[in-house]
Amino acid sequence: MSLVRVDHVSFGYTANRRILDDVSLDIAQGDTIGLVGESGSGKTTLLRLLLGLTRPDSGTITFDGQPLDPRNGAFMRDFRRQAQVVFQDPYSSLDPRQTVQSIIAEPLRSLKIPGDHTRMVGDALEAVGLDRDVGTRFPHQFSGGQRQRIAIARAIVPGPRLLLADEAVSALDLTTRIRIVDLLAGLSKTMSLLFVSHDIGVVAALCRRIVILEKGRIVEAGDTAAVLANPQHSYTQRLLASVPRLTLNKVPS
Amino acid sequence: MSTATMTAPADKKSHSLALKAGLLLVGIHVFVGLLTLVWLPYDPTAMAGGRLEGPSLLHWLGTDRLGRDLFTQMMIGSRIALIVGIGAVTIGAIIGVTLGLLAAFASKWLDDALAATLDILIAFPTLLIAMLVVAASDTANLWSAIIALGIALSAIVARLTRILAKRVLVMDYITAARTSGSSWPKIVAIHILPNIWPTLSVNFALQFGLAVIAEASLSYLGLGAPPPNASWGRILQEAQGTVYTAPLGAIAPGIALVSLAIGVNLLADGLRDTIDPTRRAR
Repeated sequence: MSLVRVDHVSFGYTANRRILDDVSLDIAQGDTIGLVGESGSGKTTLLRLLLGLTRPDSGTITFDGQPLDPRNGAFMRDFRRQAQVVFQDPYSSLDPRQTVQSIIAEPLRSLKIPGDHTRMVGDALEAVGLDRDVGTRFPHQFSGGQRQRIAIARAIVPGPRLLLADEAVSALDLTTRIRIVDLLAGLSKTMSLLFVSHDIGVVAALCRRIVILEKGRIVEAGDTAAVLANPQHSYTQRLLASVPRLTLNKVPS
Repeated sequence: MSTATMTAPADKKSHSLALKAGLLLVGIHVFVGLLTLVWLPYDPTAMAGGRLEGPSLLHWLGTDRLGRDLFTQMMIGSRIALIVGIGAVTIGAIIGVTLGLLAAFASKWLDDALAATLDILIAFPTLLIAMLVVAASDTANLWSAIIALGIALSAIVARLTRILAKRVLVMDYITAARTSGSSWPKIVAIHILPNIWPTLSVNFALQFGLAVIAEASLSYLGLGAPPPNASWGRILQEAQGTVYTAPLGAIAPGIALVSLAIGVNLLADGLRDTIDPTRRAR
């Protein structure tokens, strides 16, 4: 059974320009999906719709068979606990005036999740590869990669079934990026992952399925290996061709 | 790392120096202001000596043209300046921050309307708005002046709050707070206000100084606290006619005004730097 079902969803900030046009997408329990597209293709808008932050103009989005409806407070609280997000910019996603402990515990406090919050935050910090005792420190005392780990800890602390990652490794340097991708790959064993990216290489390494978005439409979708081996749509072919490769003879001496 | 360890102690030192200087300057005024409630060297309304006497051991700053002790009046002036500053900034902050947050959250047309109104209000000099408000109320007294100044200052506070709040609202941590299930009032209280506070507090300190000076101007124009309330502005106004024979009557309130305004600014700077975690050394 699918965890999330996006059914013929369209959305536009103004009437005459559509950001998303008749998008349908299923995320199965335990699935890892890469959502690939250029800037402006509607990836982030789709993510906002999936998080229930914006409502579609037409079509429905269901989670666990129930439609996302901001007016249904009890359901939305349960949904917030089950669907969490990690953003691109680790410098903008952590409140600079809160301690790490307070940042990671926010979902626990706001969603009124019972339990020993200090212990749960410590567990989350350990799960993302940080020390349990960094909770008293502030975000500016961490590097970009460490901040992204803190953001991931905040996302996993309520025990979500769906993790949405919006370009979560794009702002990181190469070696840090590999470590965070490894971390997400580990997490994807216990939860569904929608990994939004313009980096087709990272998606190939991380995601079982791939969805290609161009100008608000899904132009191609399927198993990552199959799609990348034999791209059907011209846009996918162009995307693949534009992946930079390390060709030594082209490096000037 | 090496630069951090090298600059951190120096930064800390200058922060705490500003804080100490601010505390000292404001502390003197607060002490004097509180002291006037229980003790004054002379009756501020009675003739304590000859007219326009120079400074002496009996009258540290001399006497005014009615023979009243100038130092006594300056002490009362401290109290009035503090009441005006704190009162006007409190009123301006409450109205201004509320309006600014409303504008930041409002739909586009309401935001545009509020922003345009604020811009028009700011285009009028603070003093002019205050004069209008005082003139509109029947009696000119200290409280009408404080309310007038508070309203005039609120436009500046509102515009600043609006811009600062908008800048915080686009941050990913606000979206993260929403997906964490935090309500908007909670987001304002725990994310927006703490993040705009450092800039706001420095602005409040500036406004405090402006309010004290504006009250002096209102008093000078006869629109502030009526006599015998000796606000520094009124002392200035009364000393105007005799400034060549008894210059202390004009110099003393000027120095007092400047020292309080600088003190409040230093104090606000120092407090911000001490409280703000992002300004602490690593």
